[in-house]
Amino acid sequence: MSWKLWSLKKSPWVFHVNTGACNNCDIEVVNCLTPKFDVERFGIKLVGTPRHADALLVTGVVTRQAAPRLIRAYQQTPKPCVVFAIGACACNLGIFRKGYHVVGPVDKILREVDPNAIIAYVPGCPPKPEAMISGVIKALGAI
Amino acid sequence: MKISMRKPVIPVGPVHPLQEEMEYFQLTIDGEIVTDIDVNIAYNHRGIEEISETLQFDQVPFLVSRICGICSASHPLAYVQAVEEIANITPPERALYVRTIINELERIHSHILWAGLAGHFIGYETVFMWAWKYREPVLDLLEEITGNRNNYGNVKIGGCREDIKPDIIPKLLKELDLLEKKMDMLTKAVLDDPILHARLKGVGILTKEDAIKYAVAGPTARASGVPIDVRRDDPYAMYGALDWNVITQEEGDVFAKTVVRLLETLEAIKIIRQALKKMPDGPVMTEVKDIPPGEGCGHVEAPRGETFHYVRSDGGNRPVRHKARAPSYVNVPSFKASCIGEEVSDAMITLAAVDPCYSCTERMAVLDSQTNALICGFEELLRLSREKTERIRKGI
Ligand code: SF4
Repeated sequence: MSWKLWSLKKSPWVFHVNTGACNNCDIEVVNCLTPKFDVERFGIKLVGTPRHADALLVTGVVTRQAAPRLIRAYQQTPKPCVVFAIGACACNLGIFRKGYHVVGPVDKILREVDPNAIIAYVPGCPPKPEAMISGVIKALGAI
Repeated sequence: MKISMRKPVIPVGPVHPLQEEMEYFQLTIDGEIVTDIDVNIAYNHRGIEEISETLQFDQVPFLVSRICGICSASHPLAYVQAVEEIANITPPERALYVRTIINELERIHSHILWAGLAGHFIGYETVFMWAWKYREPVLDLLEEITGNRNNYGNVKIGGCREDIKPDIIPKLLKELDLLEKKMDMLTKAVLDDPILHARLKGVGILTKEDAIKYAVAGPTARASGVPIDVRRDDPYAMYGALDWNVITQEEGDVFAKTVVRLLETLEAIKIIRQALKKMPDGPVMTEVKDIPPGEGCGHVEAPRGETFHYVRSDGGNRPVRHKARAPSYVNVPSFKASCIGEEVSDAMITLAAVDPCYSCTERMAVLDSQTNALICGFEELLRLSREKTERIRKGI
């Protein structure tokens, strides 16, 4: 295992990108930080810029306006990085499948710029904080 | 959007760590003072009104509860009221009580969420952690009643999908007592805190005249001394039968908005308690047959203000037009009145004070299909709208 991957698994710092979510997934992401779930005790920390992050938490369908911003945030994240598609919207568009302003799920947009992107899916609408924590742990275990 | 070459401009967004959603503010500054503000949104626009016209009447509540995750009880309720107005349906009384209770629980969790985020915005993490800790029991109650922590999907045309089971009512009452004690403590602690006084008092004042001029809604209006509240002015569900007060403050600053929100959570606890006691037995659903042609409106006092839905039916099984107007749509322009003249460091909390929700507000994005460029000029919109009118006239 390269030292980069080894260090990624120890204490993943995450950056949160909302690309058109309904706010629920975002709130549940923030909920993970607050006293009941408190993921900071595992070393998972929400940071303020993608340049500091090891993982991107992407919530929501990717709208036409948000797609270039998502790609830029992804390009600014140091590689290797894991992208978490959180919620039914980010995984496969969910109920907004037919929306005219929706360009695609997260994996489709990111694979266009980087075919080898590591993407983990956490389904649910919204996924419970427990599901998100377990998703992060499973993804890190699989690397 | 004009960018002046002489005045320095601070861009905020679109992806930035404080607000969860993407939005773009452009603050023009003179020294430390904000002299102008411009907002550019539509990062979150998903075309919900259009999708809604492809769904059946009974499926739309699931869609509109996903307009905004925090108001996921208010939007469906407003929609359902509009459809009930078309079809002249009166839901059973127990269903109205269940709707009242769920909407008030939602108000509590939304206001506590805001109080926590306000602490986060001014760098006072203790308030953030504390408030969100007290919010968890409310979500647990909602999960117990409806089966989900958010996106309840409980209201339905003609009533409610799930009843509040009689055996969980004692537990609800007990949890409410505990919550009231905690909220009392949080309210007192926040209102007596010298740091919060220093940081929030006199900041971002929205005067009563401005509040009326910008037609703001909800706690933003009530904190500026405008006592509007749909629950009292045009009672829906069971609010007319319960005893509660509309909270108002006169100052219009961020502190007043905090006071209004925190006191409203205590009022909401009062409402739920009465509703649980008065709730009659009986079914929570009526039989719904066809939806006749016609149009109807519904409005509901969401945690952020009045949310309004308009539905038109042609007698088929899906709405032919569905329009939603969320409270942030009128609250966001009031930044022009409250932010200009503030210091840059206070701008963020002033922007957050109306609890803006962009996923509710973003109803439109106009794009040029050849270049994918955004069209937002007045002239272009006017031209497009005239062209569409011409097309419709020719079609008729
Ligand atoms: S998955 Fe559900 S909760 Fe999450 S953003 Fe989409 S609609 Fe909202």
